[in-house]
Amino acid sequence: MISMSGKAIRKWWALFALPTFAAFIIGFVVPFIMGVYLSFCKFTTVTDAEFVGLKNYARAFKDKEFLHALGFSTALTVVTTVIINVAAFAIAYMLTKAIKGSNIFRSVFFMPNLIGGIILGYIWMLLLNGVLAHWARSLTYKASYGFWGLVILVSWQQIGYMMIIYIAGMQSLPTDVLEAAAVDGASGSQTMFKIIIPLMMPSITVCSFLCVTNGFKLYDQNLALTNGAPSNLSEGLAMNITRTFYGRVGWEGVGQAKAVLFFVLVAVVALIQNKLTTSKEVEA
Amino acid sequence: MNSEKPKHAAAWTVLFSLISIAWVFPIVLVFINSFKQKAYISRNAFSLPMGKAFVGLENYTRGIETTDFFASFGWTLLITVGSVVLILLCTSMCAWWIVRVNNWAAKLLYTLFLFNMIVPFQMVMFTLSKIADTLKLNTPWGLCFVYLGFGAGLAVFIFTGVVKGIPASLEESAMIDGASVPRIFFQIVVPIMKPSIVSVAILQAMWIWNDYLLPYLTLDLGKYKTISVAVQYLKGGYGSVDMGAMMACLVLAIVPIIAFYLICQKYIVKGVMTGAVKG
Repeated sequence: MISMSGKAIRKWWALFALPTFAAFIIGFVVPFIMGVYLSFCKFTTVTDAEFVGLKNYARAFKDKEFLHALGFSTALTVVTTVIINVAAFAIAYMLTKAIKGSNIFRSVFFMPNLIGGIILGYIWMLLLNGVLAHWARSLTYKASYGFWGLVILVSWQQIGYMMIIYIAGMQSLPTDVLEAAAVDGASGSQTMFKIIIPLMMPSITVCSFLCVTNGFKLYDQNLALTNGAPSNLSEGLAMNITRTFYGRVGWEGVGQAKAVLFFVLVAVVALIQNKLTTSKEVEA
Repeated sequence: MNSEKPKHAAAWTVLFSLISIAWVFPIVLVFINSFKQKAYISRNAFSLPMGKAFVGLENYTRGIETTDFFASFGWTLLITVGSVVLILLCTSMCAWWIVRVNNWAAKLLYTLFLFNMIVPFQMVMFTLSKIADTLKLNTPWGLCFVYLGFGAGLAVFIFTGVVKGIPASLEESAMIDGASVPRIFFQIVVPIMKPSIVSVAILQAMWIWNDYLLPYLTLDLGKYKTISVAVQYLKGGYGSVDMGAMMACLVLAIVPIIAFYLICQKYIVKGVMTGAVKG
């Protein structure tokens, strides 16, 4: 059904919809379609593309560094998603209670989010290298140092963000349900696991979704903290793809194939995970 | 929820105070090291800038000079403000058009915008930077247009959600009174959308101000650098990093952000909560 005003508004498409649409075509739709096409081509500059079928994908899967980066990103995503959500949930839970100074604490925890990834990377490079200097080592000594460095950095950055989302969720929990539980003599852990967590499922969905996609897409922090050292062993997916494009001549097509795989991975993970957690949501 | 006092409330305050101090420590450490001579920074990051290690503002003058920091700051500001204004104006209009027209074209457009939100940047990185180059969008102004294109998804998504909650009857009666379509949008719809406009502005500004790859790949780096790009340039190719200049630049990059945060904290927190609908 189209309303009267809808008909009048439709005529104004050139003013209202066209600017965004034009930018969207240039900034997203065309690059995306070209990207998919080029993943089946051999090319160096876009204009000299030559169709090669699935060769790029075959090369991507044979690339040991790519598989390593995939493992690295997956491990990083799993670890950070768990740490960030547990910590953010616990902090949010305590800070919704009447604790003196809780507003200041919230502000402090949130602050790192506003700082860009490159800057964050160098802040933590200074701190972690300073600590490791006691053993005459640095972050680039071993890949696992870079891994845990990134875990610390990403947790520090995102706990505050997820905390804000959890606080908003907790503040809108229905008080009557919680009061009823208290009257019925539910223990603290019963209230937490049988009532609060199930009711918080929408927030948990959102936060874990954000953590998972952020984990896979991580690039700036990775670049600044270790730049993949030693020998690309602390390199995540996003970084491996970028380096394949710009650091290895003759590999542009493979880079694009990896990017398509990366997109499929992010999309699938997002969809599955969204399905899983939304199905656990309950109504109060 | 239950905002009753927990047991041992004072102990919790002490605990959280300690964690908060640990939380700001990395930033304080950068600040302290920005006054130290570069050799001392890597040798002992935790010592105070005293005696021979103290160099006053030397790191700052050197850092500002090598990175041309104020120019980068200006370009970052221009790109962020320009892109945010463009995004707010164009996507709010587009979202209203999509909801009110609601025909196949509008629905297709909306689906495309939703799709945009799950595509990682690496997917379009190479082709987008080539296209931007060909179309001469490699200037700060051109970059604003690119940001409108790549960042449209989330903004349109949030705005359509808001417009759906506004009853069309208000607009219809204004139309009967003879108001033109643009006038209805700017005088009736925009004031209602104001809180969400602020939220979207904050979300986009946080993203664009800190973005590294898109400006790095599209801008003509000989002429324009953003702060993130300039800081990364300090690291250079294979040579060692000038840690003194680096610390000074980090401080210069962080201070304005924290000032902005302290002023606009309320809106920033609200913006984050609006953005969380993304899941």
